[in-house]
Amino acid sequence: MTLEVDDLRVYYRTLKGDVQALDGVSFGLRDGEILGLAGESGCGKTTLGKALIRLDGRMKHVGGSVTLDGQVLPIGDDVKMNPYRFKQVSLIPQYSMSAMNPTRKIGRMVRELLESRREKLDLDELHARLDLVELPKDVLGKYPIELSGGMKQRMVMVISTLLNPSLLIADEITSALDVSTQKAVVTTLKGFRDRGFVKSMIFITHDISLTNQLADTIMVMYAGKLAEKAPASTVVNAPKHPYTQLLISSLPEVGVRYADKRLTGIPGNPPSLLDPVPGCRFRDRCPLAFEKCAEDPPPVEVEKDHVVACWKAA
Amino acid sequence: MRRYFGRKLLIYGLTFFMAVTVNWLVPRLMPGDPVASMLARARVAQPEAQEALRVYYNNLFGFDLPWWQQYLNSWGSLFRGDFGISLWAFPTPVADLLTRAVPYSLALLIPSILLSWVVGNRLGALAARRKVLDNTVLPVSYVLTATPYLWLAALMAWGFGVVWGVFPVAGGYSFSMTPSFTWDFFVDLAWHWLLPFSSLFLVALGGWAIGMRNVIIYELESDYANYMSALGAPQKLIRRYAFRNAVLPQITGLALQLGVLVAGALVTEIVFSYPGLGSLILAAIQNKDFFLLQGAFLFIVLGVLIANFIIDVVYVIVDPRTRVGMAGAAA
Repeated sequence: MTLEVDDLRVYYRTLKGDVQALDGVSFGLRDGEILGLAGESGCGKTTLGKALIRLDGRMKHVGGSVTLDGQVLPIGDDVKMNPYRFKQVSLIPQYSMSAMNPTRKIGRMVRELLESRREKLDLDELHARLDLVELPKDVLGKYPIELSGGMKQRMVMVISTLLNPSLLIADEITSALDVSTQKAVVTTLKGFRDRGFVKSMIFITHDISLTNQLADTIMVMYAGKLAEKAPASTVVNAPKHPYTQLLISSLPEVGVRYADKRLTGIPGNPPSLLDPVPGCRFRDRCPLAFEKCAEDPPPVEVEKDHVVACWKAA
Repeated sequence: MRRYFGRKLLIYGLTFFMAVTVNWLVPRLMPGDPVASMLARARVAQPEAQEALRVYYNNLFGFDLPWWQQYLNSWGSLFRGDFGISLWAFPTPVADLLTRAVPYSLALLIPSILLSWVVGNRLGALAARRKVLDNTVLPVSYVLTATPYLWLAALMAWGFGVVWGVFPVAGGYSFSMTPSFTWDFFVDLAWHWLLPFSSLFLVALGGWAIGMRNVIIYELESDYANYMSALGAPQKLIRRYAFRNAVLPQITGLALQLGVLVAGALVTEIVFSYPGLGSLILAAIQNKDFFLLQGAFLFIVLGVLIANFIIDVVYVIVDPRTRVGMAGAAA
């Protein structure tokens, strides 16, 4: 097991009280595994991604633990977490377009970043990796402004994986890209895994069809909790959780005409995570809800590698 | 690059032309006749002699020519480096008066502008990272930047000069001294320089500190700073990057503030009776001395334009984005 997350709870401090954005999530990640993390806005997927590398100022580590390669990560302590960042856990951020310092040449920035972490810059390796993402060597002598959006994205991907981290978190990195570029990014990430640049990866997205192309396993979250986790094909073809089923059925299929059948989506909105009522958080929108749903459904492994948190599925 | 500076130089040229024209026009629109006041000072009793003197003066200063010819002549003499003769300190040439006054003004202006900018930026950057420092630096800076130059100058002259008697309140050096290259004279010079310098420095300092603090806080929240933190870069490196980026708007601010700073210095000089351009301008206005006023303003305009040009060049050096804009971005 590369990564072991156990009952992780991260809340946001607000003036009205704590928002329970991540409320008891447990899962594991094997060596070489790519986990697709899906769900709608506000389901806690970005919070989970941030919790694994750097909590922002409003976030609070309330409980649970994260173990990476047998070491417990001190995720609640910003300073103690520093030695693990970049080397063990790394991040490709949502904002690749503006992730690089605009007043430094890229090569110099990379060198200064590595020096600050007491790492030597292996220039041949860097060149090889630039080659891999089809960037010319001379980007290192350029300022970020001189690169196109796609080039910046690829450059950031190279920087983030330069120290061969055990875990790479890719947070919504395809949201701002067109479809063909999305495909290229997904292929590159797969290549990084296959070459051993990263041991395992968490790919955060709201786009299930894209996740399906990349991920070995898909984890669907709802309102700060795990809804379903299973191999990618199982989630797409035979989902057990009613939320996953609705999510999949609201995706359009290529080649199907929607003249007779309208895409409906899922009616209703996720509950407020400020003092949520106990019980299944999906039950207000769930077509299958019954009395038992007033109790919290525990995640149950219904078959091998297939975890569902629903009373109906178990 | 050449096009960029070509355009800049053209704009500076136009500004210079406009400034010289306005400088020529404004004193002549002031009420009062300088020749009449010179005659009054000359105390000539006989009407014939007075008339002869009037014709002589009018001819000497060219006031008998039509206005457009006076204007063209002023350009002609400007290019010959001839600023004319002062009416107030007749018959001293304006150029002599200016060369005596300009060193004093520069000695006040250059250190106070540059030092307040550098120290203010450092102070603001420090305040942005320490809560305690922020709580003291910020209010003090707000008070300083809201203070009018002449008020702080008057307050300091009164406090340190009159009440405490530690510093002299007037002049560039003691009346008992004659300018010479001696140690005593330099100490005396510095002693007289310190109060006007400090008042200029302090007022300008507040504005820079506030500006820098705000920009640094913004930069530390920016995407590149977040990315660096996520990759575990030490705060030192992130702050260095943030400072570098935050300096850019401060340089623009310096270009915009130059005129205000110069005006502030002129007023300060008057408060301390410092023998720089400010005192000279006051005397010129009081005595309707067209040529002295024109000459002094010309120096100020030239100074501000040159300083702005230097800032333009510096900006191109420190911000790669301006250079990219000139060369056309590579895909």
